[in-house]
Amino acid sequence: MLEGFLLELRDAKLPVSLKEFLTLMEAMQRGIASWNVDDFYYLARATLVKDERHLDKFDRVFGHYFKGLESFAETPAAIPAEWLKRLGEKLLSEEEKRQIEAMGGWDKLMETLQQRLREQNERHQGGSKWIGTEGTSPYGAQGYNPEGVRIGQENRHQRAVKVWDKRDFKNLDDRVELGTRNIKLALRRLRQFAREGADLELDLDDTIRSTARNAGWLDLKLLRERHNAVKVLLLLDIGGSMDGHIRTCAELFSAASSEFKHLAFYYFHNCPYEALWPDAQRRRSDQMPTVDVLRTYDQSYKLIFVGDASMSPYELQEPGASVEHFNDDAGEVWLRRLVGAYPKAVWLNPVPERYWDGTHSIGMIRQLMDDRMFPLTLDGLDRAMRRLTR
Amino acid sequence: MSARFEGTETYIATEDLRVAVNAAVALERPLLVKGEPGTGKTILAHEIAKALGKDIVTWHIKSTTKAQQGLYEYDAVTRLRDGQLGDPKVAEIGNYIIRGKMWQAFAADVAPVLLIDEIDKADIEFPNDLLLELDRMEFYVYETRETVKAKQRPVVVITSNNEKELPDAFLRRCFFHYIRFPDRDTMSRIVEVHYPGLQKALLRDALTVFYDVRDVPGLKKKPSTSELLDWIKLLLVEDIPAETLRQRDPAKLIPPLYGALLKNEQDVQLFERLAFLNRRERGT
Repeated sequence: MLEGFLLELRDAKLPVSLKEFLTLMEAMQRGIASWNVDDFYYLARATLVKDERHLDKFDRVFGHYFKGLESFAETPAAIPAEWLKRLGEKLLSEEEKRQIEAMGGWDKLMETLQQRLREQNERHQGGSKWIGTEGTSPYGAQGYNPEGVRIGQENRHQRAVKVWDKRDFKNLDDRVELGTRNIKLALRRLRQFAREGADLELDLDDTIRSTARNAGWLDLKLLRERHNAVKVLLLLDIGGSMDGHIRTCAELFSAASSEFKHLAFYYFHNCPYEALWPDAQRRRSDQMPTVDVLRTYDQSYKLIFVGDASMSPYELQEPGASVEHFNDDAGEVWLRRLVGAYPKAVWLNPVPERYWDGTHSIGMIRQLMDDRMFPLTLDGLDRAMRRLTR
Repeated sequence: MSARFEGTETYIATEDLRVAVNAAVALERPLLVKGEPGTGKTILAHEIAKALGKDIVTWHIKSTTKAQQGLYEYDAVTRLRDGQLGDPKVAEIGNYIIRGKMWQAFAADVAPVLLIDEIDKADIEFPNDLLLELDRMEFYVYETRETVKAKQRPVVVITSNNEKELPDAFLRRCFFHYIRFPDRDTMSRIVEVHYPGLQKALLRDALTVFYDVRDVPGLKKKPSTSELLDWIKLLLVEDIPAETLRQRDPAKLIPPLYGALLKNEQDVQLFERLAFLNRRERGT
């Protein structure tokens, strides 16, 4: 019965191995879970999930796979459903009752509700199919349908479901956008990437030890230096749609600055043109010509763009199309120059990856970057850093 | 395995933690514990030892710690000196083998609890170097050509602060538990365990202030359980009445004795700024 669970976990991109699965079987055999669904959930979680970022995914798969299991595991669940049903019968006219029967009765109603919840991605008001408020669909609050199911109350009455349905670990999932908590984790990754260096230095301790071991003959030992020679040139898009994200980005990288030997910040609006700003205020007086930036920072710098890459395609393609001033060269040209100057470059995009295809300019910039665009999530950051160190 | 871990008088264990610990003890696999700093990861190992009536061997990991140090070290320098002084001990190489923490744990007659604290502090390769040793609970001493094997498999508890990713092969061999930040109910039980008979009103108000502080957006270091416990101790020592905590006077937005809760200059400044804004809003 549980093999399907394993497969479903793997489908959900949880890195569960056969060994861990066998461990779970062994633990079951020893009776650690004591035949109680909550215990089984905890045991499975401790055995199969090894990273808090996967806990939320696990909760979702568990809830989905073991749907229905809770009904025989825990008894107190039944009462509110009955109560509701009776209440419904009291309030319903004969015709309405027939309609509900047509849908397959109460159980069917609950099941359809689950299904719609899964289909529905966003908040919805009105309409007759989706769950929301004030609609005629049977699901949602304040509906005209007398048998309406109030989301978030009645379908949560079962204790056993609650544990994983609470989805306590949602903010640890690495596909959500960076939050203040997640930034800390992301920084760890930058540190790891900053620690790589290949220099050699004398390992004094080991030399003494080896010399001693060598009965006094000098035996030099060298060691990989753990130094921090990563240089980063950071170009941040600012203004307009980026305002909400920029603080997060700046926080992220300024906190990381101690990890890098050199970190330079510059700002641009929508697309880098012939001048960049060292300051987020973008005063005209303290512009820095992009050519000078290219000259100042050699190609050992890693270039990181942070921007939503969402603009009119003209701002990229045509000279003079910048929203703020007249540019002699098109944005595309400047981008090409920057990417050409720094072989190691990535673009971090705060726009969720699934919307990228919807914006033409994102596609264009992606192409310019040779597909080195990554979403500004933990997972994306991780991929970007890996790409940079490659 | 008859002994089961159910938490102790001084440690409140949630149900999921109990299951994870018991699974690790019964199947003799390491238990990897992660969680926010100050949620009691290290204490857990001590409490497991206490609950199961075992000794504890603690191995604190630093950035320079090598896996080998946990097994044994060969003190070549002492041997060289002894050799030059003509000490007869020098002929026996075993005299210069210094046992590490893992060897100590393996050699014990009654299996102890072995705590490997903050494993993420060490080099990235560190966990990989311990794979075989943790799996088979044995290792080979090259200098003396002997194999050290655990008499009984110790209960291994490993803590991590997430500073580095741990290798998959290592993770596969462990049970994992993530200590979540305790909710209010659990927290009151934890405080109750540490300060039995604490005034209900003081506890309630202190917790309110504490969770309010945690909810302030942009805090660099959120106060954790250990900080709450310190703070309550201070409140008790200073004999601060519960009413002081309940005051919603905007000028006193900063909680009394905040030094125990806020460990960061910027956080204190943030609070002062918030207090100032609050005062200005209410003023006029």
